[in-house]
Amino acid sequence: MIMFINNKTNTISDLEMLARKLRGRIVETSHKAEIPHLGSCLSCVDILTALYFSILRIDPARPLAEDRDRFILSKGHGAPALFQVLALRGFYPEEILDSYGEDGSVFAEHPPAPAYLAGIEAATGSLGHGLPMALGMALSARILQKDYHVYAVLSDGECNEGSIWEAALFAAAKNITNICVVIDFNKWQATGRSCEVMALEPLADKWRAFGWDVSEVDGNDMQALIQSLKKFPSQNQKPTAIIAHTVKGKGVSFMEDDNNWHYCIPSAAQVLAAKQELGLEVCV
Amino acid sequence: MRNAFAEEITHLAQEDSRLVLLSGDIGNRLFDKFKIVDKERFYNCGVAEANMMGMAAGMALSGLRPVVYTITPFTTTRCFEQIRVDVCYHNAPVIIVGTGSGLSYAELGPTHHSLEDLAILRTLPGMRVLAPCDSTELRMALRASLRGDHPTYIRIGKKGEPAIYKQTPPFEIGKVNTLRKGCDVALLGAGTIMAEVLKAADILAMHGISAEVVSFHTIKPLDTEFLSAAVSRFKLLAVVEEHGLIGGLGSAISEWRTQQNVTCPQLNYGTPDEFMHEVGSQNYARSKYGLKGENIANGILKQLH
Repeated sequence: MIMFINNKTNTISDLEMLARKLRGRIVETSHKAEIPHLGSCLSCVDILTALYFSILRIDPARPLAEDRDRFILSKGHGAPALFQVLALRGFYPEEILDSYGEDGSVFAEHPPAPAYLAGIEAATGSLGHGLPMALGMALSARILQKDYHVYAVLSDGECNEGSIWEAALFAAAKNITNICVVIDFNKWQATGRSCEVMALEPLADKWRAFGWDVSEVDGNDMQALIQSLKKFPSQNQKPTAIIAHTVKGKGVSFMEDDNNWHYCIPSAAQVLAAKQELGLEVCV
Repeated sequence: MRNAFAEEITHLAQEDSRLVLLSGDIGNRLFDKFKIVDKERFYNCGVAEANMMGMAAGMALSGLRPVVYTITPFTTTRCFEQIRVDVCYHNAPVIIVGTGSGLSYAELGPTHHSLEDLAILRTLPGMRVLAPCDSTELRMALRASLRGDHPTYIRIGKKGEPAIYKQTPPFEIGKVNTLRKGCDVALLGAGTIMAEVLKAADILAMHGISAEVVSFHTIKPLDTEFLSAAVSRFKLLAVVEEHGLIGGLGSAISEWRTQQNVTCPQLNYGTPDEFMHEVGSQNYARSKYGLKGENIANGILKQLH
């Protein structure tokens, strides 16, 4: 049984332990419900953990509070990770995740619309949609004179989409400073190296050239992530982009940087091996 | 019509602090008065319609009432997936306005024509689809849309469309407005083609045929109460729209008739399954596609005799 962790009391080692537990649950659920995108989920677990258990000003008891920070998983195929995070953060009971993948369940491969699951701000899954929606929410804060922040996690493959760059141009033109994009740069997209499929690099320079305040960080290093996220919002009147260098499949040696785990479903033996590697056999 | 839109949206912005106007880099100076009302609620989103529509959905989910405005193909087909997912799946109350719809921009070529917008937008769950016939109906449609809480698409003309109403009529989304009473045929028009529909009714009158003229300003939800009565009152329904024959109001009424097993004959007037590649005015285009009052009346006379 994992205890609910209050975001005010978390140390870096608490967060790292939580991320390991989340990885175990994600791998286990992928096996049980036959849900793919395991590599993509594991690469962003640390980012989600840092945000939900240390950074976001949210109250799971008031999921629609007007002044809450907003989080949008623009790379919607990371939903299996987000669903686990939201349950542990207290948005809904962990037990309802047992219905994952069953007929009639809201837990699919991508997030449903907010009306169907507490804690979800946008139904993503078609890439390139989350950031513009996040930007609309960020601009609304200015119009409505609220001080909430909006965070969006993108994948590197998602940066193929023109709408991402449309949003990047708009945010910079209007000096929208309350939006923070974190790019889960795991160097892969569905069928190839993200820098080979499209001319993605130099990615940080691209965002910088589009008028954003850009930093680069090891996206699987909890301490570095927290430090980087705490520098937002930018003091330069610019929107913020954090290029988080991650490893696809992070945390499970036989999945790391192997793009077959974009679609593969782990066997029972592989789940056991993964949990042992994560040191979960004594914790779960 | 676009001037009426600018004027009305400015009035509405004064009345409703939630209203935000997003424009896709068109309407130079058109919204100067709006900006005076509140420059923080007007955004030129540039030539970037996918982002504009996604942002509008995000704003609607944050408690604002965004109105998205640009030329029809760019606010519909260009960003259809954003309308489908960001607006409709989230049931976000975004009002999407397509200006210069149908063949309003006939002389600009097929890139600027919109003869499929009604068809594709009415397929989306929760979307309301409106085609007001003149500036008065447009003003009413905007107000009614803002009172509601649904994704709404409004297709409008550009400028110089004749006024159909002499005074402000009652207006309810999903309820037709009868412009002229008649007893033989019902002419059901959607949008700015209405002046031609009225002309057709005049011609039919000269031939002793009494035509009821109806502004079918809401394509979705369809006014089935009116239709149920109409199919027993009239010998013929004639549907007229500056839109392709595939998927517009004519199709919507045909679908309803099939489901109801209604046998009342129906004639649909619209554009054929082709792009209009040659240059011409809107009037030329209407003549080419048989959408002038004379063409409509002749078709009905042939059908009745």
